[in-house]
Formats: sequence, C-alpha cells, structure tokens
Amino acid sequence: MSPGTGTHHFRRLIAIWVVLSVAADVIFYFAVGPHVPPGAMTSSASGAQFDFNVLFLIAFPVVLAVWVYLAYALIVWRGSRHGAEEPEGGAKARGHLGIQVGWIVTTTVIVLGVFIFGTVELIVPAGAGGGEGPSPVWTPTSHDVLPVQVIGQQWEWTYRYPTFGGFETTQLMLPVDTTIAFHVTSLDVIHSFWAYQLGVKADANPSQDNVAYTTTKELGQFTVRCSELCGLWHGAMYGFGNVLTRAQFFVWAQSTQRHNAANTKLLPAFSYTYVPDANGAAGGYYPDNVDQYSNVEQYGATTPSKPNG
Amino acid sequence: MALDMRESTDAEHSGHTPPPSARSRRRPGWLGPHLGRALLGAVAGYAFGHWVGNLLAAGYQNIQGSGQNNVATVLGLSIGVVGWLAGAGMLDYPLAKIVGREPLPPAPSKRWTRYFGPSLDHKVIGLQYAMVVFLFLFTGGLLAMAIRAELLNPTNHLIGPGTYISVVSEHGTIMMMMASSIVIGPLGNWLVPLMIGSRRMAFPRVEAFSLWIFAAGYLVILTALPLGGFQTGWTGYAPLQTQASGGMDSYLVGFAVIGIGMICAGFNLAVTIINYRAPGLSWGRLPIFVWSILATAALLTLATPTLVAAGLFGVLDRTAQTAFYVNEHGGSSFLWENLFWFFGHPEVYIMALPGFGIVAEILPVFTRKPLFGYRIAAAGMLGVALLSFFVWQHHLFQSGINPDMRPLFMLTTELISIPTGFIFLVGLGTLWKAKIRFEVPMLFALGMFFNFLIGGITGVFLSDVPVDVTVHGSFFVLAHFHYTIMGGLVFAFFGGLYYWLPKMTGKTMNKRLGKWHFWTMFIFFNLTFFPLFLVGLLGQPRRVFEYAKNLQGLNDFSSVSAFLLGASFLIFIANFVWSIFIDPKPTPANPWHSRGLEWQTPVPVPTYNFTRIPVVTADPYHYGEVDAPAVADLGPRTLAMSGAAARDTAGAVGSDTVAGESGSADPRPPIA
Repeated sequence: MSPGTGTHHFRRLIAIWVVLSVAADVIFYFAVGPHVPPGAMTSSASGAQFDFNVLFLIAFPVVLAVWVYLAYALIVWRGSRHGAEEPEGGAKARGHLGIQVGWIVTTTVIVLGVFIFGTVELIVPAGAGGGEGPSPVWTPTSHDVLPVQVIGQQWEWTYRYPTFGGFETTQLMLPVDTTIAFHVTSLDVIHSFWAYQLGVKADANPSQDNVAYTTTKELGQFTVRCSELCGLWHGAMYGFGNVLTRAQFFVWAQSTQRHNAANTKLLPAFSYTYVPDANGAAGGYYPDNVDQYSNVEQYGATTPSKPNG
Repeated sequence: MALDMRESTDAEHSGHTPPPSARSRRRPGWLGPHLGRALLGAVAGYAFGHWVGNLLAAGYQNIQGSGQNNVATVLGLSIGVVGWLAGAGMLDYPLAKIVGREPLPPAPSKRWTRYFGPSLDHKVIGLQYAMVVFLFLFTGGLLAMAIRAELLNPTNHLIGPGTYISVVSEHGTIMMMMASSIVIGPLGNWLVPLMIGSRRMAFPRVEAFSLWIFAAGYLVILTALPLGGFQTGWTGYAPLQTQASGGMDSYLVGFAVIGIGMICAGFNLAVTIINYRAPGLSWGRLPIFVWSILATAALLTLATPTLVAAGLFGVLDRTAQTAFYVNEHGGSSFLWENLFWFFGHPEVYIMALPGFGIVAEILPVFTRKPLFGYRIAAAGMLGVALLSFFVWQHHLFQSGINPDMRPLFMLTTELISIPTGFIFLVGLGTLWKAKIRFEVPMLFALGMFFNFLIGGITGVFLSDVPVDVTVHGSFFVLAHFHYTIMGGLVFAFFGGLYYWLPKMTGKTMNKRLGKWHFWTMFIFFNLTFFPLFLVGLLGQPRRVFEYAKNLQGLNDFSSVSAFLLGASFLIFIANFVWSIFIDPKPTPANPWHSRGLEWQTPVPVPTYNFTRIPVVTADPYHYGEVDAPAVADLGPRTLAMSGAAARDTAGAVGSDTVAGESGSADPRPPIA
C-alpha cells in the first residue's frame, strides 16, 4: 500500500464507508433498536437489549469497512477490467508500517473498549441475569429480594417458594418491580434455565445452587426453555411464566401455599440443593443439608428473606 | 529403507534392490495389509472384545433389558480398533522390531490399489486422508439434511425426538472429527513436504498410523447409531453422558481414537516443519500455509491429550463405576465441562487456522501481488494459537463456575479477535491495487473472508457476558460456529482443493462447474445460516425438535436453503468425477503460474518429490517484480556452482539432502 499514489482510492473508500456506516447505525438504532430481543421486561432484559444495541452500532461500521473495501477492490482492481494495470511488487507491496500499526491500534482500542463496557454492564447490574454460581460476587443492592428456587429435572421445571412455606409448583409467577433471586439447581443432569423475556439464564447443575438476579419491570407472560441439552425430551422442556402485580402475586402465592399444604409436607424440607435418594427405588429426594458435610452455609447461600410487599 | 531416502532415491534410478540384511518374505498381494484385511481385523477384534467383556461383566447393563453391556461395548470397540490397525499393517513394523527383525518397507507402487493399503508416501496418504475426510463430510452432511427436515415443522415430527437427538449428536461429532483433520490431513500431509522441499514427512509410519486410526474413528463413531445413539450432542456433558445409552461408548472411544490420530498427525507435522526444511528455507521464507499448519500442529499436540484423558475418565465412569463426573459421589460435572472445553476451544482454532493459511496462500497467486504483511500473518496465527488456551471458560459463563473469572475470560476471548483481525489486514492489504483473477480457488478464498467476518463479529457478541446470557446455547451460537467452521474452514478447504487438485491428480477441474459449485454453495450457505442468527435471537435453543410456532417461517426458509446447500456438494462430486475419471484433461505443471515451491515439481510429482533437495533462495511471494529471484535452486547445474555453500547450509538445517551428489539428469532450469 502506498498512500502517496493511493490517496485517491483511499478517500473514496472512506467517504463511501462513512456514509454507509452512519446510515446503517441510524436506521438500526431507531428502527430496530427498541425491538431487539430480549425486550425490556426486566432490568437484565433491558440491560441485554442496550448491550446488543451498543455492540450492533460498533459492529456495523466494522463489517461495512471490510465489505466496502472488498466490493471496491473486486470492482476496481479486477483483472478483466479494460486496461487493468500490472500490480507492483516489491517492498512497498509487502507491508506498510503506518497501516499495520494503525490497524493494530484501532482493533486493540475497539477490543479494550468492548471489554470495559462489557465488564461494567456485567458487574453493575449484579451479574446481568446470568448464573453466578453458589456464591455470587455481584449482588443486588435491594434488600427486597424474593428467592425463587428453580429445579430442573428430566424433563420439567418446578419452582419452590421458600418464603411461602417452600411449596413446589410447575407455575412460575413473579411479582412486578421486585428483585428476584433465582436459585437454580437440578435433580439429575445439567439443564439450563432460560427465561427468555426476563433475560435470565443459569445452568441447573446437580448438587449445586446457581444464583441469578433480575428485577421485574413489566407485567406479562414469558417463556421458559431449557437451553442445555438434557436428553431425549430436551426440546419439549419448556413452559411459561407470568409477571403479576404484587397484590395478584400475594393472592396467588398464599392460596397456592394453602392449597398445596398437604403436598408440601411430603416434600423434602426446602434446601438449596437436593441429592437423589441412593435407593432410587424408594423414590424421593432428600435435602442435601441433612448431611453434615454439606450444609447450606457451605454453599454461602443467604437465608431466605420475605419480601415486604 | 523408505526411511532412508538416499537409498530410496538411488533405488529409483538403479532399480529396487533390497540390501542383503533385510529379510524379505513376499506374500501374495491379497494376503498383504489392505483395507479388506483391516475391515476383517476390525470385525474380529470387535467380536473378541465383546466376548471378553461379557465374560468379565455379564449382565452388567446400563439400561435394563437392553442386552447392552458397557464393558463389552468398550472392549469390543477398542480391540476392534486394534484389529483394524493390525489388518492395515500398522503393527507389522513395531512387532517385527520387538522380535528383532528388520522388516522390509513396501516397495513404492504405481498401481491404483496403493490407495487402499498402507503407504509411506505422503502424497498417497494425503489422498487417502481426502477420501476419509469426504466420508466424514458427506455422512455428516446427510445427517444435517435429516435435522433440517425434522425442523420443517414445529410440532409434526418426521423422525421423532429419540432419533432426532441421536442424529444431532452424530452430526455434531462427525463434523467436529472431520473438521479437525480436513486440512491438516489431506492438504497438510500432501503439501507440507513439497512446500518445505523435503522428500517425506519426518515419521512416515506415524503418518500412515494417523491416517488409519483416523479412518478407524469414522467406523467407531458410526457404531453409535446401531448401539442406540447418544443423547449428549458433540459436547458429551456429564452426567447425561453417564446415563446415556450404548452409543455413548462409541462417542468416548471414538474421540479417544480420533484424538490419538490428531496427536500423531500434529507432532509429525511440527517435527517435519521444524527439521525437514530445505537449505535456505529460513523461517522468514516459509510459505504462510506452512506457518498455519505449524500453529495448528502445536494445538493438536498440546490440546488433544486433555480430550483423550477426559474420555478415559468417562469410559471408567460408565464401566468401572468410578465417579469422576458424578456429583453425588464426590466427582464433579464441572470437571468434564472444563476438561472438554480446555481441549474444545483450541480445537475451534484447529478448525480455523488452516483455513487462514489456505486463503493467505491463494490470494497472492490470484492478485499477482506479494502477501501483504507476511510477518503479521505468521504472528497472528501464532498469537491465535497461544491465546486459544486461555479462553475455554467462555463456554461456561452461565454454568455456575466462579463468577469473578468472567471478566478475565471475556477479555481473553475478545483479545483473540486482534490476531484474527491480522488475517483480514493481510487479505485486504493484498487486494490493494491488485489484478484480481476470479478463478475458482480465488472465489472460495474471497467467500471465506465474507463468511468469516460474520462469524467473527458474532463471536464478539458471544464473548460479551451480558449479551451471552441471551444468546448462549441458542441458535445464534449455532449460526456463529457454522459461519466460522463451514463458512471459514470448509470454504477455504474447497478453495485449496480447487487450487491444488491439478497438482495432486494431474487433471484439470472443470472451471464452469467449479463456479457453479462456488456460487450455489456460497448463496445457499448464507441463506441457510443467516436466518438462524435471527432464530436464536428470537429464543430458539439448540438441539430442540419442537420450537415456537412463530419461528416456522425462518426455520423453513433455512431448511429449504440447507437442502439446496446439500445439492451444491453434488455439483462438486459431479465435477470431480467428470474431470478426474470420465473426461480427464491433463493439466500444465503450473496452471495458476504460482511461485510456490510445490508447483516447481513435475506433474505427477515423482515418488520422492525432488531429484535433489532444492536450495531455497527466496520466499514464494515475489509477484509483480520484473527481476524477481528464483524461488529455489532445483537443477544440478546451478547447484554445482554454489555446491559448497549448499552443503554447508544443508548441514546446518539438518536436512537429508545429498549435497554435491550428481547423477540426476534433470535439466530443468531454475524457476524464474
């Protein structure tokens, strides 16, 4: 590359690139941006939507830089063009210090920028809805946290509400404007709890409590799918949940607690993890924390607290 | 013998007379080692191993009433592989050495049957590798057709969830095994010795062994289907792995078998490149393709042992009832996840780097310009190879691993895009003010840049932890890695194939059919996989047989495109069969006017490549220069003039050249 003779091409390329990049970014931001998944139902969903948008706005100019250059090169420097010149070899064609250094500096700056942005967006919203393992390092500031246990099993999700006597249900109901702590665990193989519109995903591992936080913002229905291959009926392991008003939620939770009271007595006591009974034939799962070697505190879990709604 | 190329070369000129010390017992050809005997050995070995397994652990069934016993299956498959290798003659040499004999290497054969038996010629092995790779590729491709057919409808099922999940797992595993060897196997083995001016690979027997064990891996992974398939996908996550049906044994043994082949191929290539370069071929003159193979070989050698060990633990869990991956008994399912991805992420670059090497090798030829930023290209490949060992936990961002490691792995993952970007700088820089010839290999190389850009950019989305919460485990990931592996590596592979097949076969590929192949493959590849980004963003997880009704339109569009993409491979097969077998047209020795050393040999390439080890005088990228230096000194006349210098260099590099030897009557002038 020789900028001395190449200025002509270079300026044209830059002009085309700037125009197309600005157009792509503006059109995307206003026309597509507000509709980018996973929506704005929770803090983590709207955070993910914002991050998607930022990454798209960076990606378009990068992609266009390559595409514009490729298209330009293929048209202008095609060998079949009338009067195509013989290329010039030699040292000038083998490298150009300025271009190379410029390229490395530019890509490094973009990469470090994306990294810093991603780290802030991960830490500030308390893990951004991703599973943080048994001892989360980024926790929500709110004291008003509703714990909900998500239990994966082949091939269904069940949910336990420790603040309501630990009843277990297949319905996932959440109160709006509340920070939720999902405690995700599994009874058999690895599943992954993906509440799509909530922007929450956490693997369900056997014998492990995987915590993910989010704060609900909007009422409505959301989808729950398993996103880690868990065997034969993995594809059928999905369901729906609802974000309700706080009043509706309390009515639902208290009536379900009453309604399920007889069943709840038969269940193992609430625990953050469960170990399948060694005598599988006898049925039933025993709480892991009856074993002196693995109590709740060992996992660093916090004691469930009741939301003051 | 064949290991000592001086004698072999002499033999070529003076008739093949074995030295008196070698004991020669000639057997009729059909008794000797070949494919048929290997298959017989495999069947006999499997039957024997299965019998022993049932003897050891009768009635020890993973699934009650299935009649399958994991011990029997594992022993059957393992001893079957040994039987296959014995049948292929891979054990003859070590066994003979153990009993103190010096076995005679097979005499170089010119018959077509040499492609179905053991060979020590890297050119034969390269084409054998190509045959096995195509077996893998087309088997995996047919399975992909079945997957897309099942996904035509969200709720009506063509093949049902059980078959579907087996097909998905089989497709993924076969394709991963194929992709790990698709370039280093056929093109690496065929081209590296020619490109570095060597007569052979460093370890020809290890090279043959890596091929035959790679082929055994194909048979082992195929046995998964009759054994009930496996339900884990290619990632094989425990504890699902521990509870899966008999096909899981095929997966674990298969990956161990393939892994051993990858390790052998890797260190063989690395040793060859480091030690067998011709005099004058300094690191700064090494063709960029060889750099990419060297980086890949390092990854193969260093990353694959983890996979083999992890697979061994899995086999023990399923047979000897150990608890490496069983949480309830003191093991950890995270152990498999970490071991697997510690191999699995370098593996991803095993599947990317050779593609970079091919396109960087092709571009200068069809632009008639030197490679832009040669050093930065080599540095980029080595940088990618090094960084790839430090990114594996980005597959586990939501898995519940220690959360404060997340920013670190986000950083390393995003850093890897810097050396990857070097390849784009090199490619784009080479196109600057070039004279671009749109031959078929060039089209594939350009297609690779287009596809890999999309694959790479979406990789940055995946590395961003908050965004990964949504896209992890979804069709977005699936589209991403199909863009990098198929859009990148497979496109580059076909580019390389169209580029080097004339050299390998001596026949000209049909250009019109080649262009049809490229355009159908390029268009339908993008139409198949681009909609899958949207499908993933809209909430469809991977490996499901049921999906939301509103995604049917996109899924159907992708499926129909996938069938047409599959059809585009038929064009390639038609082109290959037509151009090589039905209507062969001999090719000129250097149809693309390349300056690469591999193109300076006659077509077909003689058994021992070079009559005399060439003395490399320049790198192969002196395009566009009026008084460009010759790339290498191949002829005896010029060698005689600088004989002393050549002899010194030869000694320093440790090549097996016979400097100063004259006896060759090759009057070829040095290449201008």
